[in-house]
Amino acid sequence: MLTTEEKNEIDHAISLVPVRKAAGIDALKIVQEHRRWISDESLRDIAAYMDMSPEELDSVATFYNLIFRKPVGRHIILLCDSISCWVMGYENILQDLSTKLGIKYGETTTDGRYTLLPNCCLGTCDCAPALMIDDDLYRNLTTDQLDYILAKYD
Amino acid sequence: MEKPLTQHIRADRQPLTLKEYEMAGGYQSLRKVIKAMTPKAVIDLVKESNLRGRGGAGFNTGLKWSFVPADSTTPKYLIANADEMEPGTFKDRILLECTPHQLIEGMILASYAIGANISYIYLRWAYKTAAHALTKALEEAKAAGYLGQNILGSGFNLEMHLHTGAGRYMCGEETALLNSLEGKRATPRAKPPFPQISGLFGRPTIVNNVETLCCLPHILMNGPDWFKDLSRTSDAGTKIYGVSGRVKKPGAWELPMGITMRELIEEYAGGMQDGLRFRGALPGGASTDFLVEEHLDVKLDYTSVAAAGSRLGTGTLVILDDKTCPVGFVKNLEHFFAQESCGYCTPCREGLPWVEKILESIDLGKGRMEDLQLLAFHTKYLGPGNTFCAFAPGAMEPLQSALKYFREDFEKHIHEKVCPYERETLSVLR
Repeated sequence: MLTTEEKNEIDHAISLVPVRKAAGIDALKIVQEHRRWISDESLRDIAAYMDMSPEELDSVATFYNLIFRKPVGRHIILLCDSISCWVMGYENILQDLSTKLGIKYGETTTDGRYTLLPNCCLGTCDCAPALMIDDDLYRNLTTDQLDYILAKYD
Repeated sequence: MEKPLTQHIRADRQPLTLKEYEMAGGYQSLRKVIKAMTPKAVIDLVKESNLRGRGGAGFNTGLKWSFVPADSTTPKYLIANADEMEPGTFKDRILLECTPHQLIEGMILASYAIGANISYIYLRWAYKTAAHALTKALEEAKAAGYLGQNILGSGFNLEMHLHTGAGRYMCGEETALLNSLEGKRATPRAKPPFPQISGLFGRPTIVNNVETLCCLPHILMNGPDWFKDLSRTSDAGTKIYGVSGRVKKPGAWELPMGITMRELIEEYAGGMQDGLRFRGALPGGASTDFLVEEHLDVKLDYTSVAAAGSRLGTGTLVILDDKTCPVGFVKNLEHFFAQESCGYCTPCREGLPWVEKILESIDLGKGRMEDLQLLAFHTKYLGPGNTFCAFAPGAMEPLQSALKYFREDFEKHIHEKVCPYERETLSVLR
């Protein structure tokens, strides 16, 4: 069941477009904001609310990189793996991050704290390597900053 | 040197408030145009200014607008493409974060020119700071009467909404962006019909890049000749150029269109880091052909870069140095393309992962000489005319030029059965 709050936010998104379905991606993002990921049950509820079949909405949900159809941790680490960050050595950051957290790309730490994901160019190539944790952007990364950065999130 | 787009950006990079923007001359262009110019006159003036699309395609903006049917009574849409996701590109971020009102003013002017009453800013999800700045600026502009009904008493109405994406490179492609705004998978559409005739929700639509739109208030305030005079070449205006990679001072600068690659790298980016030599550069993001040492004096404008066998693209250089492996470099690019292919047409969906696998084998020292022919085959098979949109041909540009300019590196990997650069690449950290 969608909550009243979720429905209100989705209604607002629908009010900005001439066709209800056009707000489908927004609806997914809104529910994900509240529940962190889109379960099959959430997907069915959103689809019904948007007058779409679950299959149609799932085809959209699975297309976009940042709609999560599997459970994720409390914080999402998006590590830029595109060209400028590669040249500047993001692989060292990945190696260290992976060792520290004990997870690989696509996995979540056992305490449910972090999910680690690769991400396309974050658009801050003059300050490579870069990563985002939730809404926060970290640039000019060196491996020795990782402990300090990770400690900010619980 | 004039820097119309960036001169008022604050040192702390906080967004200019409405008041600060107005103090710097903001919205004066809109006041002037909306009272004294017809939409047709705006289109003609922008066409004459030779403003070319800054998203990468370089098409004449006024000409693009002129294909929107002027007499049509159906709703029309103006969209700012702020889905900056081309690897190596970080120019629109600056404009979005620091001067949101400049974009809004440009969008109002473009909407007025084509007769659009609804506009959207399609912003990529990762640009959180920009989302914040734009949300506030949109509220300010609405409260001040620059957006909404009867703007500045002109009778012109415009709604403007911020739409954030859900992460997919394809969304930057004009027609895929339209599908995404309609709540669909971001797959490209067949052209014709072009979006100017049948775009968002089947209505006439213009999609313009952020930097393109930001040029408009200045062009309409100062005239086409002023805009042309900013440039050193026949392609008008300034350009926000960027440099990333192992140079001393990576960054972005607004400079006259047509500055050379050498000036950009040496004078602005501080030259290569000590102990490294310039080997090549992608002049405008991941989907452009390499330029190499012999091209250092090429002027970075649309015409000159095309004549040198590449594309200006987004104008943000990614540098390849002599201690970074060209095969690994291209493998990283093709991994990106293989992953971000929307899967809509077969050559792109199947071809790109194949290309990535071949490059990976070569990079790991498991390549065969026949692999080079296979790669060359793909550069043709995924080239222009064989795929649904420009994605795969774009992906082939760095590959085909790498095979041409760095062939000995590919062969060395195959003959020595190991990447000669591996250790160097992994030990690099600033």
